[in-house]
Amino acid sequence: MADRKTLQIKQMSAHPGPIAGAGMQRVSELCKLIDTTTCIGCKACEVACVEWNDMPFQNTTFDNTYQTMPDTNWNYWNLIKFNESEHSDGSFAWLVRKHQCMHCEDPGCLRACPADGAIVQYANGIVDFQQENCIGCQFCVSGCPFNIPKFNPSTKKVYKCTLCSDRVSAGLEPACIKSCPTGCLHFGTKDDMKYMAEQRAKQLRDVSGFKEAGVYDPQSIDGTHVIYVLHDITKPEKYGNLPANPRIPLAFTVWKNWFKPIGLIGAMMGFVGVVIHYVFAGPLRSQPEPPVESIVSRPAPGKES
Amino acid sequence: MATPVNRYEHQMNAIDRLGRTKVYVGELMRHPVYTRFLHWMYGIFFFLALLSGFGIYAPGIFRFFTPFFGGGAMTRLLHPWFGLGFVFFFGLQVINWFNIMRWTPEDTAWMKRLRTYVRHQDEMEPPTVGFYNGGQKAMFWEIVCGCVAYVITGFIMWFPEIFGRVLVSIAYVIHDISALIMLFGIFFHIYLSTFGEPGTIQAMTRGTVSKAWAWTHHPAWYKEMTGRDPYADMEAERERLYGGK
Repeated sequence: MADRKTLQIKQMSAHPGPIAGAGMQRVSELCKLIDTTTCIGCKACEVACVEWNDMPFQNTTFDNTYQTMPDTNWNYWNLIKFNESEHSDGSFAWLVRKHQCMHCEDPGCLRACPADGAIVQYANGIVDFQQENCIGCQFCVSGCPFNIPKFNPSTKKVYKCTLCSDRVSAGLEPACIKSCPTGCLHFGTKDDMKYMAEQRAKQLRDVSGFKEAGVYDPQSIDGTHVIYVLHDITKPEKYGNLPANPRIPLAFTVWKNWFKPIGLIGAMMGFVGVVIHYVFAGPLRSQPEPPVESIVSRPAPGKES
Repeated sequence: MATPVNRYEHQMNAIDRLGRTKVYVGELMRHPVYTRFLHWMYGIFFFLALLSGFGIYAPGIFRFFTPFFGGGAMTRLLHPWFGLGFVFFFGLQVINWFNIMRWTPEDTAWMKRLRTYVRHQDEMEPPTVGFYNGGQKAMFWEIVCGCVAYVITGFIMWFPEIFGRVLVSIAYVIHDISALIMLFGIFFHIYLSTFGEPGTIQAMTRGTVSKAWAWTHHPAWYKEMTGRDPYADMEAERERLYGGK
């Protein structure tokens, strides 16, 4: 969670009207590049994340893998996922992937959030939770295609990777990047990282024999600010449920943006309806009503007296 | 000869006899204290749930509602309990009214003449309209369906870790639709019980209605209560008040 004054905000959840100060400065879009082909699964990034964010330690769950725990948690934002797989020749392959918030360009969490300013997207592309505005409804959990936001039942707030927005706002790289011993993690502008990733994928295809190597930057959510180089771009699911086409539920896009306002206007038509009825038809009074004395109405045309 | 009050009294069960309802001359007993209590209890919870829900439904417009409930997080915390309060008391009313609200062919016929009703083309309701008309019953059963939808979808959204993100996103839409239908309906409910049909709201406050109200809006019920012909009584009253004008 960075100070709002140090990073310019581009989008804010459930915020009426324009975002103050948006578009006032030149800001480059940032990106984290994760080259899964050179990750050795050392978990230095996991430790760096917990250390930098001063998160309380918790018991881990051992489920017969090298993985620290089955899934990320409200106090564990960065998790290396260990997946056993096979190369095309049938030999054993470790698919090791650093799992954390993808910082989508079109964030499902932000779209789903009903609390003003609880989720913000900075102009540099980082999606950040502002817990002081969070109401704990967990709609973001439902909106996220990567299962990232995690609920803390005691504070009733949701937490996730900030891409070290506090470090980035001070001109530093995220803690995970800083700790990586193999250089499989890179941090820079989106353009640079995309170029670097494409070069690496080309190298993997041409030199290393990974014919399906490619860059994971899903366009179904307008790209992400965390991109992967994968050995096999055709089957990202092999890397621990990385969706090939991540989607935001229609409830938080079509329904929320279009049908909710229309529905609200429709429901308020009930009010308009009864007012119109009262003015034009009047009340239905208990009988017998007093007899009618005269009826005042517009005279028929041509019969003016 | 049985008086109106006596006729009604022999139908009353023990819970209907709780409290006191004064029936003045020219009035009929309509709702006992227990029914009125339930009505206002779920009425309160309805508005608490509605207003707290507004802040979550359209925060851009209704952000001013959330401070009344102690801020956004508290609103979110309280909303499900308001909803449960509504469903609890309305559920008791469903038990209370189950027989009275049973749908009959006369109600279907009433719905077909909705246009006539809205335009006030008939001076008095048709002789088949009993304690509740088709419109009132339709609204009641809509709320019953709404409550079922609220509870199912509400629990899914309350405990997303159990039900998963896809179910939550579907529940979210259904919960909204149900709320919109009931918001639409509440305007008609309030209008018809106050401005639209004067003399109605006292049925839920003091518990009684005037005989004129009863024969105008619920002739069959009037006949059941008094054993008299509503139309003849109305004509007699007109003769008495306005002398055949």
